[in-house]
Amino acid sequence: MSPPAAESYLTDGRTVWSWLTTHDHKRIGVMFLGLTLFFFLVGGVFALALRIELLTPGRTLMGHLAYNRMFTLHGVTMVWLFMIPAIPSAFGNFLVPLMIGARDVAFPRLNLASVYLYVLGASVALWGMFEGGADTGWTFYTPYSTTTGTAVLPVLMGVFIIGFSTILTGLNFIATVHTLRAPGLTWMKLPLFVWAIYGTSIIQVLATPVLGMVLLLVALERVVGAGIFDPARGGDPLLFQHLFWFYSHPAVYIMVLPSMGVISEAVCAFSRKNAFSYRMIVYSTLGIAFVGFFTWGHHMFASGQSTFGSGAFGAMSMLVAIFTAIKIFSWLGTLYRGSIALESPLLYTLGFMFFLFFGGMIGVAYSTTSLNLHWHDTYSVVAHFHFIMVGATVMAFLAALHYWFPKMSGRCFPAKLANGAAVLIIFGFIATFVPQFLLGNLGMPRRYADYPPHFQSLHVASTAGASLLAFGFLAIAGYLAWSLRYGAVAGANPWGSEGFEWRSASPPPTHNFSTPPEYPTGPHEYASEEVPHAA
Amino acid sequence: MPPEAVTEHWGSEGARRQAAYLGMWVFIATEVLLFAGLFTAYGVYRSVYPEVFRAAQLTMDVGLGTLNTFILVTSSIVVALAVHAVRGDRPGLGGALLLAAALLGVVFLAVKGVEYAHHVKEGGLPGDAYRFTEVPRVGASLFFTLYYLLTGIHALHVTVGVGVLTVLGVRSAAGTFGAGYATPVELGGMYWHLVDVVWLFVYPILYLS
Ligand code: HEM
Ligand SMILES: [Cu+2]
Repeated sequence: MSPPAAESYLTDGRTVWSWLTTHDHKRIGVMFLGLTLFFFLVGGVFALALRIELLTPGRTLMGHLAYNRMFTLHGVTMVWLFMIPAIPSAFGNFLVPLMIGARDVAFPRLNLASVYLYVLGASVALWGMFEGGADTGWTFYTPYSTTTGTAVLPVLMGVFIIGFSTILTGLNFIATVHTLRAPGLTWMKLPLFVWAIYGTSIIQVLATPVLGMVLLLVALERVVGAGIFDPARGGDPLLFQHLFWFYSHPAVYIMVLPSMGVISEAVCAFSRKNAFSYRMIVYSTLGIAFVGFFTWGHHMFASGQSTFGSGAFGAMSMLVAIFTAIKIFSWLGTLYRGSIALESPLLYTLGFMFFLFFGGMIGVAYSTTSLNLHWHDTYSVVAHFHFIMVGATVMAFLAALHYWFPKMSGRCFPAKLANGAAVLIIFGFIATFVPQFLLGNLGMPRRYADYPPHFQSLHVASTAGASLLAFGFLAIAGYLAWSLRYGAVAGANPWGSEGFEWRSASPPPTHNFSTPPEYPTGPHEYASEEVPHAA
Repeated sequence: MPPEAVTEHWGSEGARRQAAYLGMWVFIATEVLLFAGLFTAYGVYRSVYPEVFRAAQLTMDVGLGTLNTFILVTSSIVVALAVHAVRGDRPGLGGALLLAAALLGVVFLAVKGVEYAHHVKEGGLPGDAYRFTEVPRVGASLFFTLYYLLTGIHALHVTVGVGVLTVLGVRSAAGTFGAGYATPVELGGMYWHLVDVVWLFVYPILYLS
C-alpha cells in the first residue's frame, strides 16, 4: 500500500532534508530558481557598484583594480550563474515533464546531481572572489588571464564545474523529450517552450565540453606554464579566442533560445490564439542552434584574421538574424487580432520583442567588418549584448516568473503592482542602455573605470536608468514574497491558458498527474476566444 | 531486475532502455567534443611546428604505445564478449569477462606509468619543466604538454572505466544482470569502447609519424 498522496509537491515532505534529497523535477526546478535568483541579486549588486563608480570621472567608489575585479565578477556571475541556468534549469526542469505528460525527467538522480554540481561550482567561484577575484573580464582572454596575479584559477575551476551541471541538465532534457512524451504527443504537438529547451540542450551538450577543455588549458598554463596560448613559449593567444568563442557564441543562444520559448508560450496565452506558423518557430529554433556554431569569428574581426574569414563569419552571423526575424514575425502574427490581455507577462514579452529586435539589428550592423572596427570593444558592444541578453533573457525570465508563479506556488500576485513594476523595468532598461550605445559611438572604450569629463552626462543617464531597474527588481521581490503567503489562491489555471502544463493541478502533485493526460489537439489551441482571463 | 518504481516511471523496460541508450550516446558526443578541443590544438601546432613535432614524435616509445594499443583493443573485444554473454543469460561468464577487461585496463595504466617514468627521467615534461635537450624547446614543450593532456585525460577515463567494469563484473557475477536486464552492462560496454576509440586516434598522432 502506498501512503495517501500529498496535496502537492510542496507539501510532500516539509523538511529541508526532503528537499535536499528530492528527485522530483519540480523541486529541483524550484531550487534552481532560488539559486539563480540569489546570483542575480549578487550580480546586480556588482552592477550597481560599477555604475556608481562611473557616475563621475576619476575615482568615485573604488580603485582601478577593484573595478576590474568587479566587472569580471559581475560578468561571470550573470553569465554562468544566472543567465545560462536560469530558464532551462529552473523553468525547464519544472515545466518540461509537465508539458509532455511525463512523471519526471528521464534521469532524476542525475538531475539532482546537477544541482549539487552547480552549487559546488558556484562556491568555488565565490571562494575565488574572496581570494581577491579575477580581473580578466568574463572572457578570460589570454595571455592576460595566464599572467595576471589575481585569483583566476578558482574562478576558472568554478565555471568548469558549472559546465558539467549544464551538460547533465541538457543531456537529461534530450533524453526526456525523446523518450518520455505521453502517448499521442507527437513532435509536432510539442509546446514551443519544450522545443526551445530541446534546441538549447543540444547546444549545451555540444558546446560546453569545448569550453571545459579551454578553461582547463588556461588553468594548466597558469600552473605549469604549458605555453599553449603564450606567444613567448611558442603558443598562440588567438587559439584561445577561437576555442572560447566556439563555445561562447553558441552560449549566447543558450541564453536567448529558452527566452524565445517562454515568449512563444506567453504570446499564445495572452492573445488567446494558436501560434502563428508553429512550424516556422520550431525550424528557426533549430536553425539558430545550428548556425550559432559557425559565427564565432565575428568576435575577432579586429584580431587580424583574414578578410575572407571575416566576410564569411559576417555572412553566417547575418543568417542568425534571419532566423530571429522569422520568430519575431510569428509572434507578431500571433498577437495580431488576438484577444489581448495586458497582464505583466505580456508586458515583459513586448519589452522582449522590442529589445531583441533593436539589439539584433545592431548585431547585424556589427557583422559588417567596417562598422565593427569602429564599435569594437566600445560601450556600444556592451549596450548590444545587454540589449540582447538582459533585454531578452531577463525580460523573458521575468515573464516566465510571473506567468508560472501561480503554477509553481498556487498563489496569484497583485496584478496592478506587477504591471507597474514591468513598465518601470522596461523604461529603466532603455534609460540604462541607450546612452551606452551613444557613448560607444563617441569612442568610450569598454572596461574602463575612468573617462574624460565630456562623457559624464551620458554616464549619469545610464546610472540613473540602472537605479530605476534596481527599484523595479526590489518591488518584484517584495510583492512576490508577499504573494507566496498572502496571495489569492490561484486555482488550477488562473490565466485560462491552453498550455499543456496547466492540465495538472497548480501546484502539481508529486507525480504530476492523477490520470495520464491525453493529447487530442496541438498545443496552444484556443477553441473560443470568449474565455475570460482571471487575475 | 530493475526496481519496480523505475519501470512504473517508464511504462516499460524497453522505454527505459531506450532512454538510457540515448543518454549514453549524448554523453559520448560530449566526450568526443571534449577531446576535439585538444585535437584541434594538436592540429594547429603541428602545422605551425611540423619539424619539431616530427622530431618529438621520434622520441616516443613506439613499442610501449603499440603494446598498449593491443591491450586496449583486446579488452574492448573481451567487453563485447561479456555483453554477449549477459544477453545470452550467462551472467557468471559475463562477470568474469568484465573483470578480465578491467584487469587489462589496469595493465594499460601500468604501461602508461612506465612510459611517464621514462619521460620524467629524460626531462620530457610539460611547459616550464621541460628539460629535454634532443628536441628544441619551442614547439617541443607544446608537443609534450599536449601529449600529457591527451594521454592523461585518456588515462583518467581508463581509470573510471576500470572502476565501472569492476562494479559491473561483480554485480553480474552475483546474478544481478541477465537476458531480461542487460542495460547497465551494455552501457558500460559502450563507455569502454569509447575509451578504446579515443585511444585509436591518440596513438597514431602521438606515436607514429
Ligand atoms: C540573439 C542573441 C544575441 C546575443 C545573446 C548576443 C550576445 C553578444 C555578446 C554577449 C557579445 C559581446 C561579447 C563580448 O563580451 O565581447 C556580442 C557581440 C557581438 N554580437 Fe551579438 N548577440 C546576439 C545577436 C547577434 C546577432 C543577430 C548578430 C549579428 C547578426 C550579432 C553580432 C555580434 C557581433 C559582430 C559582436 C561583436 C562586437 C565586437 O566585439 O566588435 N549578435 N553579442
Ligand atoms: Cu557572437
